[in-house]
Amino acid sequence: MSALAQWLSDPASWWGPGGLLARTLEHAGYSLGTTLAAVAVTLPVALWVGHTGRGRLAAVQLANIGRAVPTFGILLGAFVAFGYGLAPVYAALVALAIPPIMVNTVVGVGQVDPEVREAAEGMGMRGWQVLLRVELPLAAPMVMAGVRTAAVQVVATATLAAVVGLGGLGRPIVDGLAQGAAYSPRAQAMVVTGAIAVALLALAAELGLSAVERALTPPGG
Amino acid sequence: MTAVARRFPDWDWLASHGGEVAAQLSEHVELTALAVAAGFLVAVPLALLARRVPPLRGPLLGFTGVLYTVPALALFVLLLPFVGLSRANPVIGLTIYSLLILLRNTLVGLEGVPAEVRESALAMGHTRRQLLWRVEVPVALPAIVAGVRLATVSTVGLVTITALIGYGGLGQLILRGFNRTNATQLVAGLVLSVALAAVADVALAWAQRRLTPWQESRTA
Repeated sequence: MSALAQWLSDPASWWGPGGLLARTLEHAGYSLGTTLAAVAVTLPVALWVGHTGRGRLAAVQLANIGRAVPTFGILLGAFVAFGYGLAPVYAALVALAIPPIMVNTVVGVGQVDPEVREAAEGMGMRGWQVLLRVELPLAAPMVMAGVRTAAVQVVATATLAAVVGLGGLGRPIVDGLAQGAAYSPRAQAMVVTGAIAVALLALAAELGLSAVERALTPPGG
Repeated sequence: MTAVARRFPDWDWLASHGGEVAAQLSEHVELTALAVAAGFLVAVPLALLARRVPPLRGPLLGFTGVLYTVPALALFVLLLPFVGLSRANPVIGLTIYSLLILLRNTLVGLEGVPAEVRESALAMGHTRRQLLWRVEVPVALPAIVAGVRLATVSTVGLVTITALIGYGGLGQLILRGFNRTNATQLVAGLVLSVALAAVADVALAWAQRRLTPWQESRTA
């Protein structure tokens, strides 16, 4: 435990280019970027599928198969294909984030009461107006729940970026492993710190997005 | 960076390494089965405990939820000082990850038993134990099996990460293919891992229909 205290009391562990603060910002950057990219890719497709009902089963089944794709394999495969850089991390984490967003959006829009939809059409709304002004707001809590699940998984998994030479909070974990985490207390201290920081960041994502979810829930919904 | 050194797909490599592929596939199946079985043996008693002592429900779900946010790689590394590089390391780590899904689904299943059903079983003279095993568990079975399916699929994926501590099953193919820039080896590990998850999912869905013949089949 003293190794942990020693490591934590060293200012170099916190500040500077390889410190915890810099690593946390890198980690948050990967997570935010990939989650937003996944939303941007998935939402238009999922809204269209949910609205028209076309290919709904196929979209949900595809997403379920997508859950089985190992992030580790996509990461290393994309590294072999694209080389060093952000591309492998984005490929792996976006693939991880798409399924929960896809399923929740398709199901959420599909669950909108047909009578509400018909009423909107009866008021003269066009298809895209019904989608954006009626279906999307009603489905928003469900969509956000999917985004939240995806974000928490992305934060926990962005650790793997360090395996392909990038930064983030996986750095102290991978370095700790390389420096003998099985026996070296100092290496263990690095791993513990990295793990706790990732768990806290995941918790922050969970709480932050839960607040957004509540704010987006329509009154009386 | 060096370009991909070998051609892809390299069928000759695949043909001459069938033994390695089969060995890692069977290792992958074993690690997954051990972890999900162990997770089930821990999660079901925990779910029953939470039913019997309701104040424990929140803390149990919260605790397993926090465990779920610990990055997989860190969890396996943190287990090193306790269990070393023995096989217990990947199995314990994977078990911990399966707990949240299994516990939540088992609880939701048991809580979904309608109160009238429970009351009529008690009125018919069932004891609490009989109520649990003859009524609640059978009614909750579809939700419980759905949890086992989810846990199995996610565990199949997580097993690959244990390649970094020397296990990994098909993850070993992925890691070795990566280290040797042998795309065939890497993709073989990736594709087989997805296929294994799909087969396990379908097999468990089939098992559930056999276990609950009274239930209309429905998509998960």
